[in-house]
Amino acid sequence: MATLGPAQYSPYPVAVYEGVLTPPKGKALLFNEIVDEETAMREAAKAMLTRDNATIFPGPQVLYAWNEEATEKAKLVKEMAEVLNAKIIPMYDYRPKYPKIDPEVEINPNHPNLTIWHNKIKACIFIGVHCHYANVALKIIRSETDCFTIAMCSQAGHEDAMITLRD
Amino acid sequence: MSFKIYKVNEALRDVVPQEVIDLEEKATWGDPKRSVMQIPTHKELLEEHSLCAGCPEAAAIRYILASLPNPEDTIIVNSTGCTSLVFPHISLHTVHSLFGNQNSVASGIKRVLEYRFPDKVKDVVVLAGDGATVDIGLDYTLQSFFRQEKITTICFDNEVYANTGGQESGLTPKGHVFKMAPKGKQFEKVPMWQLAIDSGCHYVARLTVSSPKRVEKVIKEAIYVAREVGPTYVHLYTPCILEIGLNSDDGLEEMRARDKERFKFFEYKTPEAEEVLAKYKEEGLL
Repeated sequence: MATLGPAQYSPYPVAVYEGVLTPPKGKALLFNEIVDEETAMREAAKAMLTRDNATIFPGPQVLYAWNEEATEKAKLVKEMAEVLNAKIIPMYDYRPKYPKIDPEVEINPNHPNLTIWHNKIKACIFIGVHCHYANVALKIIRSETDCFTIAMCSQAGHEDAMITLRD
Repeated sequence: MSFKIYKVNEALRDVVPQEVIDLEEKATWGDPKRSVMQIPTHKELLEEHSLCAGCPEAAAIRYILASLPNPEDTIIVNSTGCTSLVFPHISLHTVHSLFGNQNSVASGIKRVLEYRFPDKVKDVVVLAGDGATVDIGLDYTLQSFFRQEKITTICFDNEVYANTGGQESGLTPKGHVFKMAPKGKQFEKVPMWQLAIDSGCHYVARLTVSSPKRVEKVIKEAIYVAREVGPTYVHLYTPCILEIGLNSDDGLEEMRARDKERFKFFEYKTPEAEEVLAKYKEEGLL
């Protein structure tokens, strides 16, 4: 992504409008630059270790024990949080919640900015969130907050995150 | 879908809110004998919803969800209407179809599930309002019955298009006046339960939701028959208390009053359905 948020009500709040596309296979994206995975990892670690209230948002693909791989990934997420001294706030459900979410313990893709505002999160990692909901949430976060977003994606990546790692 | 998607990974259990843990531990999964009697003691598959206070439709949905014999392997297809406000909040897989084509979508889902999981029981249940089932989607509903699709269709009949301001529907009784139907309905209520029988449904029931136990029995029978024989249809009266000018706490009384007249309990079973139900009764599942 070319810039950090908040983009506010920009007429072009979406990264692809600014010519930013997902990185090619084997590469990563750092803002609008295609870089090596190693470089992106280092920058991600720097952001998570230096910015306030770094948080990991694990999605359903790592939260629920729907296969062996998910169970393994959950352990790694926990370990990563310990190493980075980051908080974990789960995105356990994509459904809009009625009457309202509790921003201290959950993040919802339909209004992720509430959790980020409430906890004053300045850096975060999305992991195990299904593509469509990660796309929606990352766009809202960039539009409404100044949070540095990192997407750890097992598919093609997310151009709306400040750092995106793919595959 | 499987029960595994409700199991929280051990490593992240401490960061997940209690309601999610409860869904894994205290909801009634894997028990075909689950019942509406467990609503006060177990985790419900719907706890909060955005329907009006006192809406009988909300009660109906809670009873139905508590009665599904196989919730972890049940797909619900719904359509536009008041009920579509609830489905984003329930803990099962749901598909929101276009207005009216819910039975076509359900037919496709059922066929694909039978193809992909030939050894597993997967129930497909359609939950839609009277507009979707009888007006806009009547063709699709009846065609699915003609094709003998093994799905259960449940119609929430509130006798009006409620959330668009009170227009008359095919199921509005003759003479009823609503905000957007000031002259009153000019023709009779469509006897949908009779159309379902004539179109080949193997189990048909018409009732109000004033009795949770009766709703449970009907839903279970309809699902078991749909599983083994063919299409089934359940017609539930869930009055719109706002559109007929009642208070939030009047819904139950309204349904009890209609129990004695146009929604008197009515049940129809084909001989094949009787056979299947006798088998399930013997197994203690009914």
